[in-house]
Amino acid sequence: MVEVRVDAEICAASGMCTLLVPAVFDQSEEDGTVVLADPAPPAELAAKVRTAALRCPAGAISVHEREADGPGT
Amino acid sequence: MPDESQHQFDHARRAGFGPSDDIRRQRAQGALVREEVAPAPGAAPEPIWMALSYEAVRQVMGDHVRFSNQRRFRAQAIRGGSKHRPQEMSGHLMDYDQPEHTRLRKMLTPEFTVRRIQRLKPVTEAIAERCLDAMERKGRPADLVELYASPISGAVLCELLGVPRDDRREFLVKHQWQLEQDRSRKERAAAQAYTSNYLRALVKRQRKDPDEGFIGQLIRDHGDNFDDEELIGICGLMVLAGLDNVNGMISLGVLALLEHPDQLAVLLADPENTVDRVVDELLRFLSVAHAPTPRTAVEDVVVAGQLIKAGEEVVCSIPMANRDPVLAPDVDRFDVNREPLPHIAFGHGIHHCIGAALGRMELRTAYLALWRRFPDLRLAVPADQVPHKTNSIAYGLERLPVAW
Repeated sequence: MVEVRVDAEICAASGMCTLLVPAVFDQSEEDGTVVLADPAPPAELAAKVRTAALRCPAGAISVHEREADGPGT
Repeated sequence: MPDESQHQFDHARRAGFGPSDDIRRQRAQGALVREEVAPAPGAAPEPIWMALSYEAVRQVMGDHVRFSNQRRFRAQAIRGGSKHRPQEMSGHLMDYDQPEHTRLRKMLTPEFTVRRIQRLKPVTEAIAERCLDAMERKGRPADLVELYASPISGAVLCELLGVPRDDRREFLVKHQWQLEQDRSRKERAAAQAYTSNYLRALVKRQRKDPDEGFIGQLIRDHGDNFDDEELIGICGLMVLAGLDNVNGMISLGVLALLEHPDQLAVLLADPENTVDRVVDELLRFLSVAHAPTPRTAVEDVVVAGQLIKAGEEVVCSIPMANRDPVLAPDVDRFDVNREPLPHIAFGHGIHHCIGAALGRMELRTAYLALWRRFPDLRLAVPADQVPHKTNSIAYGLERLPVAW
């Protein structure tokens, strides 16, 4: 399982994450910055989410491993 | 206008689809190398740093605290004290540092979100179809740059800015004249005056009666936060960023696909599902933007083990960074089947291209529509006779004769 965190303060609103994994990342209507649609995405999206974190030009996305039976699953 | 000096830089030279042999030789010397570059045409060369590795380029572009985009820093760096202090171009995001950059960019980004750009998709598709109709009417062979790449990028930009149909041809022609090195200085100055006067009138019209387009929306949402000079500058930046880069990507992308039939076959076998991957790999492989705005160190910084002193300038080579072997051992191969490689064709850091989603949508639409209409598209001349652009803001082709 992965847990995703975003920092809208440093987000550059490039939209890369929304393009790569629309199920997890969205963009705010107001200023285009990242909105986390799913902080605990399903396992099959984990690789894509890591790619999104790697490709984020502002380094605003972090991905954390967590126990599969942790809270929220 | 971008620095004309950019045209003098070696990094703008290419060999085929990739970086020039010269810059590859420089890369072999290190991730950061010193180069002598003329800051303006005819001026005496000055030393400058070239960042050539993926990591070094990302480090410089990602560090907006210790590297500045502002012209006044660059002027000091080049001329030490400087006779004149060039002003930032009003509204030009690429010339700004924080917090001014953030102030402007936050107001602009809602217009460029992935969702907002989807609204321009039907318009872009209709534009592509009109261009294809014109190609059919003209008959083969046809120049894909003249009849497809250039009119699509031009029409989408004009839709975005709200330039009326009747004005488009002249507006785009005059923009082109400004950039053509073989025109006289007088001719270029006149074209520049035409373009800036046109944008000034456009902004005035929108102030009075804002429409549903990009400028109208900005004025409705943030009218009081922008002065006219900023709005004109923003329009000017859209023009610079939205034409040559897109034109170059469409025409070079078509050539690359025609020259790699195995890769084209992947696209043709399942266009809708493979096109995004094709676009992404083409963005990396072609890297049409030579370099972002040069950065000036505002303090001493160590990048890739190399000390860059406060006041020194760094030019980041996008094509070389995107061909760094750390990304993949066969990084020079155009391969749409591989797991997409990370690349920085749209830049990195806070200045990452604001129009990235728009650009991707335009490319996707252009490639899909072209091969849907002409599935047996082919070159009308041998590939080595296709003239590449050697002296322009973005890499591209002068002409691309095709048949079907």
